[in-house]
Amino acid sequence: MSTLSGMLTRISDTLWRKPNLLILLLILPPALWLGIIYLGSLFALLAQSFFSIDEFSGVIKYELTLKTYGELFRPSNFDIIVRTVVMAIAVTIGAAIIGFPVAYFAARYARGKWKALFYLGVMMPLWSSYLVKVYSWKLILAKEGILNWMFETLRLGWLLDAYLSIPIIGGNSLSVSATGTFLVFLYVWLPFMILPIQASLERVPHTMLEASGDLGARPYQTFRHVLLPLALPGVIAGSIFTFSLTLGDYIIPQIVGSSRRFIGQAVYAYQGTAGNIPLAAAFAVVPIILMALYLWIAKRQGAFDAL
Amino acid sequence: MTSAIRLSGVSRHYGAVKAVDNIDLDIAEGEFFAMLGPSGSGKTTTLRLIAGFERPTVGEIQIYGEVAQGIPPYKRPVNTVFQDYALFPHLNVRDNVAYGLMVAGVAKYARHKSADDALEMVALGAYGNRSPSELSGGQRQRVALARALVNKPKALLLDEPLGALDLKLREQMQEELKALQRSLGITFVFVTHDQGEALSMADRVAVFNEGRIVQIGTPEDIYYRPESPFVADFVGSSNVLPPRFVAPFIGQQVYGSLRPEAVYLADQGHPAQVTSVSFLGTATRVSITVGDVAMTMLLPKGAAIPKAGDTVQVNWDDADLHLMAAP
Repeated sequence: MSTLSGMLTRISDTLWRKPNLLILLLILPPALWLGIIYLGSLFALLAQSFFSIDEFSGVIKYELTLKTYGELFRPSNFDIIVRTVVMAIAVTIGAAIIGFPVAYFAARYARGKWKALFYLGVMMPLWSSYLVKVYSWKLILAKEGILNWMFETLRLGWLLDAYLSIPIIGGNSLSVSATGTFLVFLYVWLPFMILPIQASLERVPHTMLEASGDLGARPYQTFRHVLLPLALPGVIAGSIFTFSLTLGDYIIPQIVGSSRRFIGQAVYAYQGTAGNIPLAAAFAVVPIILMALYLWIAKRQGAFDAL
Repeated sequence: MTSAIRLSGVSRHYGAVKAVDNIDLDIAEGEFFAMLGPSGSGKTTTLRLIAGFERPTVGEIQIYGEVAQGIPPYKRPVNTVFQDYALFPHLNVRDNVAYGLMVAGVAKYARHKSADDALEMVALGAYGNRSPSELSGGQRQRVALARALVNKPKALLLDEPLGALDLKLREQMQEELKALQRSLGITFVFVTHDQGEALSMADRVAVFNEGRIVQIGTPEDIYYRPESPFVADFVGSSNVLPPRFVAPFIGQQVYGSLRPEAVYLADQGHPAQVTSVSFLGTATRVSITVGDVAMTMLLPKGAAIPKAGDTVQVNWDDADLHLMAAP
């Protein structure tokens, strides 16, 4: 017992005298994890995308080529990319527009019990299974679902039908339309937009907004010139979540939406039944490049200046 | 004397808490007006009512003859220097100062010119391109001042603007603020809990306590003729004498106040016990008890200084014994 505690004391003394050793010991396991398993698999993926598949035998040729990337630009594949990016942008903008007021209310006005209620309200959807939520949305949006019933009851069925007859965003019912996919994406990723915005708004001092008004700024000017720039790091953080999560998801568009595919579904199909790992890898690289591009533009626009 | 800011029967209640309780106030144009009081006395709330950040529960506020209720802060002809300065961290110093002009739609060149002039006025002409985070507390304070003045307000509201500065800087800024107010000729309304600051800078002082104004007057009035024991005690720490102590001298059951410097050592007078002695540099403060009443006296440099525990004779001139009607 005493030798053990003596040994522990010696170890802690040594670590206290050599703080760099302590830091090394603490950082080594996560660094190994991050370096080998995480980045390693990412590079393996990247490497796969530079191989190609023999069209006749279906065997992977291990020679470096850009042929697979070229295939991404075939109309059928490129459509998938454009569709996914447009959806991700729409979901991100929608989440920011809905999330900002909610986050603002929580940061500025909610106190005590109301704040707890806010966190509960935002977080609770995350507690239940993602699949259950998506299927419940399918029921809500279905032709026999509650939304359709509401429109019919309010004698607004014609409005819904007119909307659904619009090409691209419409369909037979909301549950098999791109609009349905959008609504479910919006619902599922909304907490990831609200929480970072709320965190950034919490850090904006109240007097900042008062000073702006005091100097003659109308409320929308205060929003445009003070509140939004100061909350922008939170909005960007939230948009990184919603944008990248939408880019990569393959379950929601499969359950709710039209038969037109998204990147995630393409990756799933190519690496699975089709056995075309290189093309699946090339598809998987697209979100990485898009995110890098997005962050680069955000940084150039000064989105992180207030950080 | 034109009235710049007038409050009539103004109250601000938060539930059962009366932050500001039935205040009447009349601040003249071009006046340097101080609102003095301990924390929680309602002085900052009163300033925020004038700025428009708070709405009165009852009462009327007029700014230059115009009823201010229902007029949002951004339409009021007053500007505020905040206690924490509230400089915008994402804008540089020049854009901070030019902010009021920017939202008013002044073109970039013209507003930057005005901002640079305003920065010149507070001796920060070379700092336009800096970020507020690169400035010291005193410099930020000046930027906040320039930013509030660039809009050419009719009245400037200052909420404890010197609270975060060290003593030397504070004294320097007091003089600069006073000089600035004289040269601009606009109304300054100044909130502070520092009685020395209020007395040295203001033309008139309103003393706040528990949401009410307990006395309004010139610094001399407040200092030499306090109307209540609270004012006597809070402003310059006068000796507050209870009625039973005062009655034998005056024959009246009222509170009295006696300035520490009015009490002196005498050959013949009232016997007093010295409880403690502290050296202040220019004078020495001696705490004594006369009978059962604790007092402090301020002895000038060069006077004979008693020691703690000594029994001495003290006296004062009857003219210095100020009587207070209010309890």
